[in-house]
Amino acid sequence: MTDSVNTDLLNPVVNPVEAFLRSDRMPHIWCPGCGIGTTVNSFARALIDSKVDLQSLALVSGIGCTGRVAGYVKLDSFHTTHGRAIPFATGMKLANPKLNVVVYSGDGDLSAIGGNHLIHAARRNIDLKVICVNNLIYAMTGGQSAPTTPDGSTTSTNPYGVFEPAFNLPHLVEAAGAVYVARWTTFHVRQLARSISEAFQKKGFSFIEVISPCPTLYQRRNKMGDGLDAMKFYKEKSKVRNGAPTSEVGLTMTGEIVVGKFVDRERPDYQTLMGAQYTHALGDKYVEQPPVEQETVCS
Amino acid sequence: MTPDLNRDELHKNERHTADPRGVLTGIHFMDGDHACCEGALAAGSRFAAGYPITPSTEVVERFAARVPTVGGTFIQMEDELAASITLQGAVWAGAKAFTVTSGPGFSLMMEHIGYAAMTETPCVFVDVQRGGPSTGLPTLPAQADMMQARWGSHGDYEIIALCPNSPQECFDLTVKAFNLAEEFRVPVMFMMDECVGHMTEKVVIPPADQIEVVPRRHTHKPVAEYLPYGTNGDLVPEMAHAGDGYKFHVTGLTHDERGYPNMTPPVQDKLVRRLQNKILNAADRIAMFEEEQIDGADVVVVSYGITSRVAQRAIETARKQGLRVGKLRLITAWPFPETKIREQAAKVNAFVVPELNLGQMVREVERAAAGQARTFPVSHAGGGVHRPEDILKVIVEAGR
Repeated sequence: MTDSVNTDLLNPVVNPVEAFLRSDRMPHIWCPGCGIGTTVNSFARALIDSKVDLQSLALVSGIGCTGRVAGYVKLDSFHTTHGRAIPFATGMKLANPKLNVVVYSGDGDLSAIGGNHLIHAARRNIDLKVICVNNLIYAMTGGQSAPTTPDGSTTSTNPYGVFEPAFNLPHLVEAAGAVYVARWTTFHVRQLARSISEAFQKKGFSFIEVISPCPTLYQRRNKMGDGLDAMKFYKEKSKVRNGAPTSEVGLTMTGEIVVGKFVDRERPDYQTLMGAQYTHALGDKYVEQPPVEQETVCS
Repeated sequence: MTPDLNRDELHKNERHTADPRGVLTGIHFMDGDHACCEGALAAGSRFAAGYPITPSTEVVERFAARVPTVGGTFIQMEDELAASITLQGAVWAGAKAFTVTSGPGFSLMMEHIGYAAMTETPCVFVDVQRGGPSTGLPTLPAQADMMQARWGSHGDYEIIALCPNSPQECFDLTVKAFNLAEEFRVPVMFMMDECVGHMTEKVVIPPADQIEVVPRRHTHKPVAEYLPYGTNGDLVPEMAHAGDGYKFHVTGLTHDERGYPNMTPPVQDKLVRRLQNKILNAADRIAMFEEEQIDGADVVVVSYGITSRVAQRAIETARKQGLRVGKLRLITAWPFPETKIREQAAKVNAFVVPELNLGQMVREVERAAAGQARTFPVSHAGGGVHRPEDILKVIVEAGR
């Protein structure tokens, strides 16, 4: 890559993240102005920056717009059932601890139908990197209320306005035991990439929430404009407060969006505790799980 | 096309036997739940995810105690939805894995039985059946999940289901269940019942080198040639594991041979028919049953699980009374051994089908008999077993 503008049509500049994508699956299904693709871009840049071994990286998604990420990344990728990406990823990580397992899914998938798994994986401190794209609504199914939909907004299932209190996801996962918790918006592409890189350095349950626009359903119904308007909104309303108490970062429809790294702490992960407990209780009788025999493949 | 030829050719000279570290060789006095656990370990399973539910919990309790001494993992999940998908994550990471449950938990696992069928994830679901519906009879037997095992998840698919009738078979057939799961890349339902699970009897566990295990159909193809759902004339694809380097995709959506989503009727038709045919084409080979004095019988009693042992008494009493009664015990419930039933139907007057439900497998017997022989159910709502005289009464009636 050079700084000058490439005008050579026969030798176009190759996008550095293209190597991480299944180009044969393009075009993707996401709407114009959707933020999910932006998060994938930041994710790919984090993979470049953190030099993660791609062969031992697995990505697991649930169902929904963000659930489709698994289908577009050129990785071992698993598009599972609605809400169950975390337990699937848990089985994968426990059966082969050498794998780096990323869960990439949406707010409805992870915090409503999958909410029980979210809190228990955080409690166990399973070594997973969870990227939660929060577009504040169920988008794939046409704009129904999610546990994250802000009070006062309108959805197809709350046509007279949402009155349920919304989940504050960073607060929830911190309370449950996550060792790394951050939040950014799709305006903060570099900060997001850096947070994902940091999560790769952590051992334990890491959770990164990305506030992301849904112009087609959330914004249209709430007269909040298009994708560009969302960027302006995020720019205006976001306030970086690293280390902010997560109890104070709840979202409202039009208020401040507190972003930053909220939690970065050490706590032994599930497999470390398991090994220590078995060693303590069984002594010489404890047999560690042997490494998985991997195929050595040639291209 | 002969679906099994390639596989047979490939592995004709290979015989894989159990890893001795997981095999508790010897003569034991053991209940069915514990024997099932030992069968899983002998089959090479080193991963289980579970959620406690009576009367199945002893299987995973034993696994939780045993597996750290043989190199593996047990995790107690937050619910059955989690357990039934956690095990599948483990399978795609390279493990042989299973879960264990009973009626209410089995109901919760249905979506993931469908996911395993669709993604062709080899795994075993053990269901120690109790009385239902709903919470029903937690500590008492039934055989009322037989149709749920076959039809419980949405859409068209085939599974394999086995029915042990003794602790010995809980061991032997659990090994078989894992082997069938690997051979056909299908979820196998292991349909125990509370009686068989809690019954303690002699269980002989043979030396490891006498226990045949079927290895994973792990691909060795170069990356460029590997199609995750390509079948090369064999209806069962080769499998890659996460971390192998294939960078493959797995989805519960309708998918093509690359594993890529494809929402078109032709791709749906090709995929769903293959998922069915890989099992149905091999149905006669998968079918296992025990038969006794079938030739020349006027009446054949078709039974399975604990009920087959009660029926034995009724059959023997009927014979003493001069009736010509045969016994056909289903070991494979699904795919239903309909060739066998159809052939017998031409030769006998009637089938008698006792089961601990209000009429499930009897429908299959009646369907396969197709009017050639009469079919008599002997139903029982569960909570106990039949009285032999109740089965005898129907045998006598059927013999008239």
